Amino acid sequence: MNKLLLLGDEAIAQAAIDAGLSGVYAYPGTPSTEITEYIQNNKTAKDRNIHSQWSTNEKTAMESAIGMSYAGKRSMVCMKHVGLNVAADAFMNSAITGVNGGMIVVVADDPSMHSSQNEQDSRYYADFALIPILEPSNQQEAYDMVYNGFELSEKFNVPIMLRITTRLAHSRASVETKSVKEQNKNSLPSNLRQFVLLPAIARKNYKVLIGNQAKFEDDSEKSSYNAFYEGKDKSLGIIASGIAVNYLRENFKEKEIPYPVLKICQYPLPSDLIRKIYNECKEILVLEDGYPLIEGKLNGVLGDKKIKGRLTGDLPRDGELNPNFVGVALGLEKKSEIVVPEIVAPRPPSLCPGCGHTDVFNALNEVMAEFGPGRVFSDIGCYTLSALPPLNSINSCVDMGASVTMAKGAADAGMKHAVAFIGDSTFTHSGMTGLLDCVTENTPVTIIISDNDTTGMTGGQHSNAQNRLHQICIGLGVDEKHVRTFIPLKKNHEEAIQIIREELLYEGVSVIIPHRECVRTLERKHKDKAKHE
Amino acid sequence: MKADIILAGVGGQGILSIAATIGTAALQQGLYMKQSEVHGMSQRGGDVSSNMRISSTQVDSDLIPRGKADVIISVEPMESLRYISWLKPDGWLITNAKPFNNISNYPDIEEIYKEIRKVKNHVIIDADEIAKEIQSARSSNIVMLGAASPFIDMDFDTFKKALETIFGSKGKDIVNKNLEALEKGRSYTMNHKGN
Repeated sequence: MNKLLLLGDEAIAQAAIDAGLSGVYAYPGTPSTEITEYIQNNKTAKDRNIHSQWSTNEKTAMESAIGMSYAGKRSMVCMKHVGLNVAADAFMNSAITGVNGGMIVVVADDPSMHSSQNEQDSRYYADFALIPILEPSNQQEAYDMVYNGFELSEKFNVPIMLRITTRLAHSRASVETKSVKEQNKNSLPSNLRQFVLLPAIARKNYKVLIGNQAKFEDDSEKSSYNAFYEGKDKSLGIIASGIAVNYLRENFKEKEIPYPVLKICQYPLPSDLIRKIYNECKEILVLEDGYPLIEGKLNGVLGDKKIKGRLTGDLPRDGELNPNFVGVALGLEKKSEIVVPEIVAPRPPSLCPGCGHTDVFNALNEVMAEFGPGRVFSDIGCYTLSALPPLNSINSCVDMGASVTMAKGAADAGMKHAVAFIGDSTFTHSGMTGLLDCVTENTPVTIIISDNDTTGMTGGQHSNAQNRLHQICIGLGVDEKHVRTFIPLKKNHEEAIQIIREELLYEGVSVIIPHRECVRTLERKHKDKAKHE
Repeated sequence: MKADIILAGVGGQGILSIAATIGTAALQQGLYMKQSEVHGMSQRGGDVSSNMRISSTQVDSDLIPRGKADVIISVEPMESLRYISWLKPDGWLITNAKPFNNISNYPDIEEIYKEIRKVKNHVIIDADEIAKEIQSARSSNIVMLGAASPFIDMDFDTFKKALETIFGSKGKDIVNKNLEALEKGRSYTMNHKGN
């Protein structure tokens, strides 16, 4: 029993360690990164030999977690919302295989897209996979849910999704921890075909999963995370999920909420509790941070005039929820805009001073001026910032690895001198398979893997590409003569231009690997070194 | 008591060191707190802010509602104005005078000061200069905290104790420099309130 000041992400990590976790698997992604980092730096985790090394992508992470569960141990896999798209195949099927050791899938959504390409709501995935969701309203609940979640997973024989959003992930609060549990011992699943999804077995498992839905819902009805609060004023009933609960309470500081309130933090949705508030109240306001999932289900296809929320315009259709939006929906305050004095200029993020990517782009821009605009397909990473002035270098950013395959598709369509610009970590995450496609057809593309030895945008985590890029490209079949490299520094500008130009003129697959360490990780190394001297 | 504080600055300026000090002080007092931070993309030289909420009763929302912040502490003058919608009518805006110019269209600094002076309660302090004067350039954020301290409803000694806790492992000299920075900031505000 201990009180710690923890980010939501850290509370999840601490809870997993305390609950007898044997391995966390993840690829860095804002706002989920700090979960795994906390476990990597935790003493108990080290003493217990808890696996915490970064995986190559979310799919390999998910599959490793399933494997650890198969072997009887408790595993956790963490990712940002779009990471679940990458892991979706393994995720969907893990609901059908079920678990042996308890398994928690933590997904951190990013409504308002603070650091993301979209704001998809991961609850739909769990709904799709027919597994329970835990959605904490605060850091303490995040801790408790993970601490008890492994048992829930083992009891119901399915992975459990823990869904959070940016605000909880990156907000600190005091968290009371519980005693540290023993880790599970290795054990085989009682049925050695449980994880064999041959159609005949999968059909059987799937029927079991469907049959268990009533049990999951029954658990939601009784769950202490779901609560019905009586209220005298039945003109309105409020259903609030996850951190929306706090925004509701914020609007009634030191006052009682006059309306009946249903707090929902465990899914599948508890239909008895929902029916109760629905029947009691004249109107229902649904508050949720993300897509209108609960509201949509209540509305159905035919619509229900009693239900209010994001779909009716009482709350904004998109973006992160906040106390002011809730205040407006409750009629407690007037709609207001954020007023920024005209004189205040926007200050978008930019590449760090001295960044190697900048030197690569400076050379690339000069060469592309010769070949014409609109040919540089890029990817997810710090270098995406080159879409903005002053560099204005890239023309696409869709998903991890898409630079390589989009350049291929454009080249297939007849575009000459198509370029892919991707980082080292993103390349090993999802670029390698696309490169193999290019090699198979000898597609005329130039792939620049700007190698800074790290996963930069998320804060400099270990890159599984480290010292392997050259070998990987040759191994995939790129002609060694067209795997080029240079050190991206001002003094090498002319060399860089020459290499890029030569490879753009080559009608086949070229890979250029500019290689210089990230200035941030280098700075950190120097600091650590100074500390130890 | 309650203190809702917005911390503002540019990614890399280290606003979280101010948050850490206030947070440590609050915890030592047994107060409730929530503090939301910015991680990820914006940290690359973009505008960043942190919502810090301290209270003797439980804190609900991680976000401060607009128009409810007691204090804005900004380590950069233009950034202090970005969050003005959050300041309550009689709240205080405390800003560093020194601009951080990493954009091509940074406005005329005098015009920015003019806009800041339109805020009823404000303190503009050259925290960088004061930190340099005491030969502790890295303590400018603690100067800022000192300047804001009269408007945070917590005993001044609790901030001192927090600095001792945070910097204790780095030796007496560093602790003393930061204590001096805190005092200098505070006394500047006491002498220049509402200029």
